[in-house]
Amino acid sequence: MLFYSYFKTLVGKHVVVELKNDLAIGGTLVSVDQYLNIKLENTGVVDAKRYPHMKSVRNCFIRGSVVRYVQLPSDAVDVDILHDATRREARGA
Amino acid sequence: STRAAPCLAGVCTGMAKELTALVDKQISVITNDGRNIIGILRGVDQTTNLILEECFERVYSVSSGVEQAVLGLYIIRGDNIAVIGELNEELDEELDLSNIRAPPMKSIVH
Repeated sequence: MLFYSYFKTLVGKHVVVELKNDLAIGGTLVSVDQYLNIKLENTGVVDAKRYPHMKSVRNCFIRGSVVRYVQLPSDAVDVDILHDATRREARGA
Repeated sequence: STRAAPCLAGVCTGMAKELTALVDKQISVITNDGRNIIGILRGVDQTTNLILEECFERVYSVSSGVEQAVLGLYIIRGDNIAVIGELNEELDEELDLSNIRAPPMKSIVH
């Protein structure tokens, strides 16, 4: 549940989700769920020329199972909080 | 809830309610094998299985414009779904499909 809780703290931030088929979609994080499915708003594809497939899409739901990376703004990442949470999770497991 | 009819059993936990907000809207699905299927969402469930009405596939190619192949009423299994996008009808009307060129989208590789 650690990453689910962590992503909830990032709601409202701009992220770029890179999928396992190399497609990268940027947008504002609206919500996330236990499967790490992601809902983005105001989306734009990173290489829009190569991927015109989502030209008319501005909000989308991305299935957690197809995400390769989620790129976050560095000022949204508090490494110490993440370290503490990881230690707690490791102790609990 | 007044939206009980389009909800399949067990939808209303997790983010499935974000998907039920798209019911009766036109959506654009990207499947794991790189296809783009567009249709009207009629049903969803927890594993993101979808019921799509009046759906068609948009086939992109490098050599010619976008082709649309009519499919009808489909169930798409959630395992095979990568992205579900809400189609903005105004933006979609502005598209000149005959002038769009793109290589086929790659498949999802886990």
